[in-house]
Amino acid sequence: MKATSEEVIALSGATAALVAVLIAAIGAVLALFGQDEVIRFHGALFLIAAVAAGYYVLAHPREGGADEQAHYMDGPIKVATIAAVVWGLVGFLVGDIIAWQLAFPALNLDLPWTNFGRLRPVHTSAVIFAFGGNVLLATSFYVVQRTSRARIAGFWAPWFVIWGYQLFIVLAASGYVLGVTEGKEYAEPEWYVDLWLTLVWVVYLFVFLGTLWKRKEPHIYVANWFYLAFIVTIAMLHIVNNLSVPVSFLGAKSYSLFSGVQDAMTQWWYGHNAVGFFLTAGFLGIMYYFIPKRVERPVYSYRLSIIHFWSLIFLYIWAGPHHLHYTALPEWAQTLGMTFSIMLWMPSWGGMINGLMTLSGAWDRLRTDPVVRLLVVSVAFYGMSTFEGPLMSIKSVNSLSHYTDWTIGHVHSGALGWVGMVSFGAIYCLVPWLWKRRGLYSLKLVEWHFWTATIGIVLYISAMWVSGITQGLMWRAYDNLGFLKYSFVETVEAMHWPYIIRATGGLMFVVGGVLMAINVWRTIRGETSSDIADQPASAAAPELRHAIAATPAE
Amino acid sequence: MKHDIFEKNSLILLIGILIVVSIGGLVEIAPLFLLSSTIEKVQGMRPYSPLELAGRDIYIREGCYNCHSQMIRSLRDEVERYGHYSLAAESMYDHPFQWGSKRTGPDLARVGGKYSDNWHVDHMRDPRSVVPESVMPGYPFLAKRKLDFSDMGARMKALRVAGVPYTDEMIEKSQEDVVAQISPDSAEAKALLERYPKAQVRKFDRAPGGDPTELDAMIAYLQMLGTLVDFTKFDAAGPNLR
Repeated sequence: MKATSEEVIALSGATAALVAVLIAAIGAVLALFGQDEVIRFHGALFLIAAVAAGYYVLAHPREGGADEQAHYMDGPIKVATIAAVVWGLVGFLVGDIIAWQLAFPALNLDLPWTNFGRLRPVHTSAVIFAFGGNVLLATSFYVVQRTSRARIAGFWAPWFVIWGYQLFIVLAASGYVLGVTEGKEYAEPEWYVDLWLTLVWVVYLFVFLGTLWKRKEPHIYVANWFYLAFIVTIAMLHIVNNLSVPVSFLGAKSYSLFSGVQDAMTQWWYGHNAVGFFLTAGFLGIMYYFIPKRVERPVYSYRLSIIHFWSLIFLYIWAGPHHLHYTALPEWAQTLGMTFSIMLWMPSWGGMINGLMTLSGAWDRLRTDPVVRLLVVSVAFYGMSTFEGPLMSIKSVNSLSHYTDWTIGHVHSGALGWVGMVSFGAIYCLVPWLWKRRGLYSLKLVEWHFWTATIGIVLYISAMWVSGITQGLMWRAYDNLGFLKYSFVETVEAMHWPYIIRATGGLMFVVGGVLMAINVWRTIRGETSSDIADQPASAAAPELRHAIAATPAE
Repeated sequence: MKHDIFEKNSLILLIGILIVVSIGGLVEIAPLFLLSSTIEKVQGMRPYSPLELAGRDIYIREGCYNCHSQMIRSLRDEVERYGHYSLAAESMYDHPFQWGSKRTGPDLARVGGKYSDNWHVDHMRDPRSVVPESVMPGYPFLAKRKLDFSDMGARMKALRVAGVPYTDEMIEKSQEDVVAQISPDSAEAKALLERYPKAQVRKFDRAPGGDPTELDAMIAYLQMLGTLVDFTKFDAAGPNLR
């Protein structure tokens, strides 16, 4: 292994320190001269983070040497994995709190910082960007190194991506609670937080591409196609949808560059592809690596994965207008959105089949390994919600479902069922692999997590089907004299019990998350596993598998 | 196989992805900026008055869009429940749009004039005092907070950059106009009405005298929603309309 040259080491340290100084300077300016309290607070956060990072860079000079390049770089992956578990708990919990608020409005406390309107973005951003994002960062850095047989590109850059992303999350969430928002769903962070994420994301893209450039495998593995599409497309969506005019460069407030119908179309082009590329393409990358690895079988069909990839990314981007049926968006755009959404059913199910059929010859693992079950059930939920989605995009169905809880239920069958479960599966795989353990602390606890989460999801989505369809039908019900039968508030009243059932299901999902946190924590601490004999060889870190295989069976 | 070229060259893969994911957005978004039929020609639309704009900013700050839409779909029951279906023109000055995606509460596109100011004051303080079954959070703090309108001019300038036709005069008078809109029968109110036709002038929060509160701004915004376009002159089949 070629040793990193002295010049490169000096350059990387100097660049890292310079970036820290620059960010600290910007933070200091905002902290001292900011025009509102929030931007001064956020400036101070920038300053503190940059000073801490700069101090770390200077105090821990890069050693270089032949040894450095001989190993994969797992430190940033470990941080992102733990961050995913922590943010996941926060996101699930806030989600359940606001679910209870809808059943019992007194829980809003009549305070600005705790009302539903400010907490809901905290929930959505925490689960999508904080939990989901960290899972994607961790798995993509893990997968791209292993499938390229190359150490990650850069030395400080991967660390910058991971910690810079955590800073983005803290800035976004604290801003929402304090009333700083752009007012566009899933794109609420204000202009300066958006700029910060753009910087982090561009570095992420280059770290990922740089690792591909260093690869020793001739082919780029299919999981990496999906990760790359996710990174590139999210960059495009984020930049265009967040174009805005700041009121002042020293203030938090800005106004979207677009207005009305154009803003709506741009927003849902962004919004639906946050689903398509953040919550689908990225997590399909996870599916294509972790399912084959865990069950030790090759991906079912190479050809199917090629068709799956290109058709999925081509069709998804058109689907946005199905969020705007019967609105003031021109009808041609609505029809295009509906048509492509229906077509999207096919690549989605192609991908599902590719994931499920990877179990060919290993179906017994579904019974014996709850981690496999999490991964496979996630793909089944993926299939379910990618059937429901095209159905709901049909204009006549949408006229009933839109603006109701049916949409919320649909999102959660995808988010809890697909994204949540596949992430849990990946985390349960990753933790022993990263911390060099023989297996998880407890497979039994995974079993408990699986069942509490699954029952929670079923309660959640059934309650939302009931409340959504009920409310949609009540809104359009007429009495015998031809008048609207129900006032709006009667339809609100009818939601009470479904909301309680939904919040109960959500609570079970939170409990499952707590079980996972305990399991992950104890695995990391290296506590002896009570059921190591039940765990498959693929549960162990790759370095330890040989030793297991050498132990004769009893 | 021919797919090798993508699998062996990360940059070709990257360019392939960029092309494939750009097409849909270009076809669906770009024409909306170019086709004049996208936004109907209507009479009565004007930019928000400074007080209304301040109220709209509070509406966004509190995340009202999470539960309230401002988009009446062209469906029979919606038109009967909420009024004329929403026109694209009605949100042409909305940066960002507030069409919403969920109706935990009712649509607000035409809530202006539906309820009295007194009702709104009570409803904001304690929603269940006027609608017992409501699940809306209370916003009692709005009545207690003085409105910060020191940077109204800067906000309107930013909106002008984004395309809202605020004149120099409107920006210059922005702070006076906030006060004017809660000072009925004043000369300033008359000047405000010339700049912003149909603007409603009164002390919205019903609190006697004093400075404008956040509740004033919020109610001023809610009371003007959907009131601008003159539907007696609007012809959905007219030559300039789609």
